Amino acid sequence: MIAVVDYHKGNLKSVERGLRFVGGDARITDDPAAIRNASAIVLPGVGAYADAVATMAELGQDEALRERIAAGVPFMGICLGLHLLFDEGVEGAPAGSPAHGLGFARGVVERMPRLSADGAAFKVPHVGWNAVWPATPDGRHASKTAAEAAPASGEQCEPFACPLLANVKPGEYFYFTHSYIAPETPGTVAVTTHSVTFPSAVQVSETAFGLQFHPEKSSDAGMLVLRNFVKFAERA
Amino acid sequence: MLTKRVIPCMDVKDGRVVKGVNFVNLRDAGDPIELAQRYDEQKADEVVFLDITATSDDRATTVVLASRASEQLHLPYTVGGGMRTVADMRRMIAAGADKVSVNSAAVKDPSLLTQAAHAFGTQAVICAIDAKQRRDNPNKWEVYIAGGRTATDIDAVAWAREAAKRGAGEILLTSMDRDGSREGFDCALTRAVARAVDIPVIASGGVGCLEHFAEGIIEGEADAVLAASVFHYGELTVRQVKEYLRGQGVAVRL
Repeated sequence: MIAVVDYHKGNLKSVERGLRFVGGDARITDDPAAIRNASAIVLPGVGAYADAVATMAELGQDEALRERIAAGVPFMGICLGLHLLFDEGVEGAPAGSPAHGLGFARGVVERMPRLSADGAAFKVPHVGWNAVWPATPDGRHASKTAAEAAPASGEQCEPFACPLLANVKPGEYFYFTHSYIAPETPGTVAVTTHSVTFPSAVQVSETAFGLQFHPEKSSDAGMLVLRNFVKFAERA
Repeated sequence: MLTKRVIPCMDVKDGRVVKGVNFVNLRDAGDPIELAQRYDEQKADEVVFLDITATSDDRATTVVLASRASEQLHLPYTVGGGMRTVADMRRMIAAGADKVSVNSAAVKDPSLLTQAAHAFGTQAVICAIDAKQRRDNPNKWEVYIAGGRTATDIDAVAWAREAAKRGAGEILLTSMDRDGSREGFDCALTRAVARAVDIPVIASGGVGCLEHFAEGIIEGEADAVLAASVFHYGELTVRQVKEYLRGQGVAVRL
């Protein structure tokens, strides 16, 4: 059973139904015992960071998640679910004291800047379809160049080095809706550029992944990613 | 980079698509979900279901529609029409809608946008504006409510600015002069609003051919273009529109 973790902040039906559509036995639950018993876990993204952290602690979900992710249970965080893999996040937290996440990746989840490095203004929240490119092993700067050179470089681009993005075409479009971004991290497997280039997919361990975009809203490409996760969970 | 969006809009009454739909090979031409899936195959970026049901009593069918859509559609979708309160919006969001659009009720009480943004996040709140050019000043547009029946004397650009400040995450801007005309978007109106706000503007009303879509984005500076009949009657596919836009240098998802 794939547990879709409900931390009482919004509608998770699309995620559950998307996973079922690709053959996953997904069930929405807020129960730490069900999370502990699940063969795979999905943490969807709704609400604000500090709020989610507080509710997860109240319900005892945070300990269950830390325990199972550390034990190697296949895990996929979506949007805020990706952010919660990191040490800290500022969204909804008092200034100067960010809320504590699950701590599987280093750094602070911060608001996406409105201005790019050269001073151009961008709309935040970042809402809509944007291209997702493979990150290169030496970090995001090289991949930023790849993203900027797109789509001309698309065909020469290396494939994604992540089981969740297997068979996804480099530069494929996915649906985003967010105002906060994860920090640069060694586990970055894909990047996307808006005002800045940010991690759009990360892998923090052999079995734990985070996606900034919403696969459940990303049509065929999104279903491919969900199917990859379901297959990965079956093999694990 | 973030792509420009192409959005088919379906008018729905009692759970059925009402504007003429002329698709071949649809099992049920009046079913909004089946139509939306067809648009998904054509690479529509999202879809809008506009509930034109006359009375709020019949809105239950629209909640059912929103719920079915969350099961069967893997695209973002908006439900609009007749939203009067946060409770009305919550029913649609709880059923699975990604966004709700509100029109007349927000003009009457702009704090509704703030309440909705607080409850669901600004990304889920679209303020729909129906605007008509003023006879005495071609560079000014007036807001109409109640499905275009009632003039308000409110300036459309000023209202868009306020709606954004109050918590709207997007503006769905319909030119009443152009709606149904097939003469193209009112690009002057669209540009005036797009330059006045820092949230996305969806241009609507008047599309008759491929060129109009590009005009809305390039001249109108819209972030997204919405159309109904050209798609429903099968005159143009979403894919054709996006291929054309790409040829005009507009970034689109294909």
